[in-house]
Amino acid sequence: MATVERKTGGGIGEAVLRKEDRKFVTGEGRYVDDLRLPGMLHAVFVRSPFGHARITGIDTAAAEALPGVHRVLTHATLPAETGVLCASNPPGSDVRQPEQPLLARDEVRYVGEPVAIVIADDRYLARDGADLVHVDYDPLPVVCDAEAALADGAPLVHSEYPDNAAATLFHETDGFAEALAGAARTVELRVVNQRVTPMPMETRGCIGDWQQSTGEVTLHTSTQVAHFVRTFISFVCGTSEAKVRVVTPDVGGGFGAKLNTYREEFAVCSASRVLGVPVKWIEDRSENAVATIHGRDQIQYYTAGVDESGRIVALKLEAFQNNGAYHQLLTPTISHLTVFMVPGCYDIQNISIRMRQAFTNTTPTDAYRGAGRPEATHGIERLMDAIADDLGLDAAEVRRVNFIKPEQFPYSSSTGLVYDSGDYDTTLDEALRLADYAGFAARRAASEANGRYRGIGLSTYVEVCGLAPSAVTAAIGVGAPGWEHSTVRLHPTGKATVITGTSPHGQGHATSWSQIVQTELGVPFEDVEVIHGDTAFQPYGLGTYGSRSLAVGGVALYRSLGKVREKAREIAANLLECSVDDLEWTGSSWQVKGSPDRAKTIQELAGAAWAASSMPEGVEPVLEATTFHDPPNFTFPFGTHVCEVEIDPDTGRVEIVNYTAVDDCGNVINPMIVDGQVHGGIIQGLGQALYEETVYGEDGQMLTPTLVEYLVPSAADVPPMTLARTTTPSPSNPMGVKGIGEAGTIAASAAIVNAAVDALSGLGVRHLEMPMQPARIWNVIQEATS
Amino acid sequence: MIPSTLEYTKATSIDEAIAAVQAGARPLAGGQSLVPMMRLRLAAPGAVVDLGGVAELVGVCEDGDEIAVGAMTTHRAVAADPLIGEHCRLVAQAASGVGSLVIRSRGTIGGSLAHADPHGDLPAAILAAGGSVVARGPGGERRIEIGDLVTSYLTTSLADDEIITQVRLPKGNAQSAYAKFHRRAIDWSIVGVGVAIGADGVRAAATGVADRPTRLAGFEAAVNGGGSIAEAAAAAGEGLDPTSDLDGSAEYKRHLVGVLAQRAYLEAQG
Repeated sequence: MATVERKTGGGIGEAVLRKEDRKFVTGEGRYVDDLRLPGMLHAVFVRSPFGHARITGIDTAAAEALPGVHRVLTHATLPAETGVLCASNPPGSDVRQPEQPLLARDEVRYVGEPVAIVIADDRYLARDGADLVHVDYDPLPVVCDAEAALADGAPLVHSEYPDNAAATLFHETDGFAEALAGAARTVELRVVNQRVTPMPMETRGCIGDWQQSTGEVTLHTSTQVAHFVRTFISFVCGTSEAKVRVVTPDVGGGFGAKLNTYREEFAVCSASRVLGVPVKWIEDRSENAVATIHGRDQIQYYTAGVDESGRIVALKLEAFQNNGAYHQLLTPTISHLTVFMVPGCYDIQNISIRMRQAFTNTTPTDAYRGAGRPEATHGIERLMDAIADDLGLDAAEVRRVNFIKPEQFPYSSSTGLVYDSGDYDTTLDEALRLADYAGFAARRAASEANGRYRGIGLSTYVEVCGLAPSAVTAAIGVGAPGWEHSTVRLHPTGKATVITGTSPHGQGHATSWSQIVQTELGVPFEDVEVIHGDTAFQPYGLGTYGSRSLAVGGVALYRSLGKVREKAREIAANLLECSVDDLEWTGSSWQVKGSPDRAKTIQELAGAAWAASSMPEGVEPVLEATTFHDPPNFTFPFGTHVCEVEIDPDTGRVEIVNYTAVDDCGNVINPMIVDGQVHGGIIQGLGQALYEETVYGEDGQMLTPTLVEYLVPSAADVPPMTLARTTTPSPSNPMGVKGIGEAGTIAASAAIVNAAVDALSGLGVRHLEMPMQPARIWNVIQEATS
Repeated sequence: MIPSTLEYTKATSIDEAIAAVQAGARPLAGGQSLVPMMRLRLAAPGAVVDLGGVAELVGVCEDGDEIAVGAMTTHRAVAADPLIGEHCRLVAQAASGVGSLVIRSRGTIGGSLAHADPHGDLPAAILAAGGSVVARGPGGERRIEIGDLVTSYLTTSLADDEIITQVRLPKGNAQSAYAKFHRRAIDWSIVGVGVAIGADGVRAAATGVADRPTRLAGFEAAVNGGGSIAEAAAAAGEGLDPTSDLDGSAEYKRHLVGVLAQRAYLEAQG
């Protein structure tokens, strides 16, 4: 890891310690579960124990008779205008939108689907009451696998959809078939990107507080998208959006799982409406495993037509995406993002992609760190190694011959994106140098002398982030724009408040945004407060996801700072009795060019703007500005990760012995925070590569409902990592920034799997599925050596 | 993750604890297994008696040919104890590998044996060491060999009103080692094997291969009969019928028993 000097304050580019951390490490964070409202009652949901069943009766009498239980609500008694809404309707996909009522009406379709809500004096009594709710189920056949669900004769998840098809995305370039037919060779590969669970440290939780006299409702919820939740509450609960307030206190992680609107959020509002008091629900860890969205779960069949140099002349992908039983906020769009990124960082002009999305009797899938892009990257990066393997070429060289070249940017991809900027050879060169790729053969020989297999693997990735130009979200059928809001407010004392539409839940926006203010406006880091997370005082914001916060929200802030600075210039010119053209910006004051003694600091100008006694003609009082920034394009961070593993043939354990990441996220605001994002991202990718898998049995039961079975990597499982960066600024925004929140996760799994496949390549092993648990690897070795 | 209502008392003496157990309370040692089971509602005792205040249950001392370990001695203390380290190394080693530092700082040797998880490390290590426990009930004390203590999954031969007060570890296990295999650093063992080379020959026992800690008869017979370590390792899985699950097949686990027995044996030899 690069050693950087850490500071307690500073501007853009400095490794400033995070100003929000003191409260978190001293236990002063304030999460939903810390909130206690007067008269508040507590809710526990009764959930389906079956993957698929008809409900033939619900008896709530015993639960309602339990002292301390106030009410048990079911579909029949919980008011709602509509069910959960999906905001994703990809055009031409024949997407189906099954009704997802807040509580199951007559059928449950996955283990964990909510059936009733028990409201009691405390959480313990509510749970006792939930155990007394008697639900009669008539079990139905289940199907949990996407490919199986789309096969003839599969059990139907929704009887009105006779093929379980949820949506189908198809994209093919003209002349594709001829290009594939004309290829010198073809390489085929099947890749499974297994289902995983986001597992934020803080589970979900919310408090609904409905004022019966006014019809106003406040929802305190652990979310990444407060305003979006507000809009949907108005639809689902049937009230004016202007009467809905959504408050987001501190949020302990999301990873995409809280980029959503869930049944429970609506249900606590409606329950509060019925009972006349606030109703709180806190998800427990095992409940989180079944009730919060899952990620990935895609099966891919690649066919690449290549020439003798390994260059792909045509690429075909037939894929199956498991959407789960219902569509959550963006479910059909996640694998759409896969479709866009199938070519990766390679110049592949002839392409054919079919993404068949299926309903199954499983928890819905939706955005999970990377959201569709890790699936694309893992697949194409595995394919690159398979091509190298089949043609007997070096894995790095196969990538080089396929790379989009620096002079091709801006580059129009065959899937319809315009990549902003990139220099893929440079990150590859740097990563190979740092990882001592040239010295690998000697290290492999040393490992083999110790009876261990050793392998090295590459992942050269590009991702699309900075979500999103609003015209594009509309064109791909996402019912939400992609702009972001910022307000900069200077107080009479010269201190600054930033209101941001982003929704930090671990990313450190308070720190990074303060650094931007210091550099762009000259208000010191420590004089800046960043606030967010309450729709009552914030203009509409779209929130934090898709590595968008800096590239969209940060740029919105940058533009507001520019507006404030220019307004201050007019006021300074008036005070200094000169023309605005006579002034120059020093970084913290406007001064008459060449005359440092004739200057006004930004603090003095903030005071003057508030006092308003000497304002230029037509200029309003107060230094404050608001921006709604709609990005003209996405941003495209990229990089190369190199992983080196050893495999113990006796146990099958894959051990990462070295990991090198060279990332390019454009200009960097805080290198320490960027390193942290890369570390965390790699660990999350490592988790998928080695440990994590959400498993359903054939009966629809989840076999990994606790952290004993679902293995999230711990600090002790983290390998040594070497991080480095190159800097290719994005031309799509004035700050030249791209985003780094998901890059590590997008890149890591392929690098690790490629290394393990390389380690066993001498045995004839060409592919490994994730997670690469020891038993699986041992079996592969046994089969290959027997 | 929300336990049922229960009564909680904290005992300050063994007699007080036994009285509470007689009245129906479940003994609560370090709480690293019972509390999670209660939170998952897999266990719902109406009352628990916390043994954490019983000073006489904590500590390690020499007692003739044995080391007496108080049942409420934490894994962390067992792992660091010089007497155990010198005379019964594999038990210290097994204790040092239990869960995470947090779990080792709360979890106890007696609690681990009474809980009898089929993947627990300490039951197997103590079985290989030839250890036993002292159980006390209203009628007095009795000695139970580890091989007779655990009778099935999470089940022991303790009477409902008995608690483990001591673990007795025989000296003469200086040449010993415990080898475990697990996925993450904090995970339960998929398989663990303890090997002790004593005056009477080699004893070996495994966890994770049956409903209780299991002596490795095939390994012991081979190595005590003059066979090579490779032959002994190949025989280690004989007669074992582990469960196939997400951690691996029965065949894989039988294979791991041999790998770990060999590793532990070579380490024990020093």
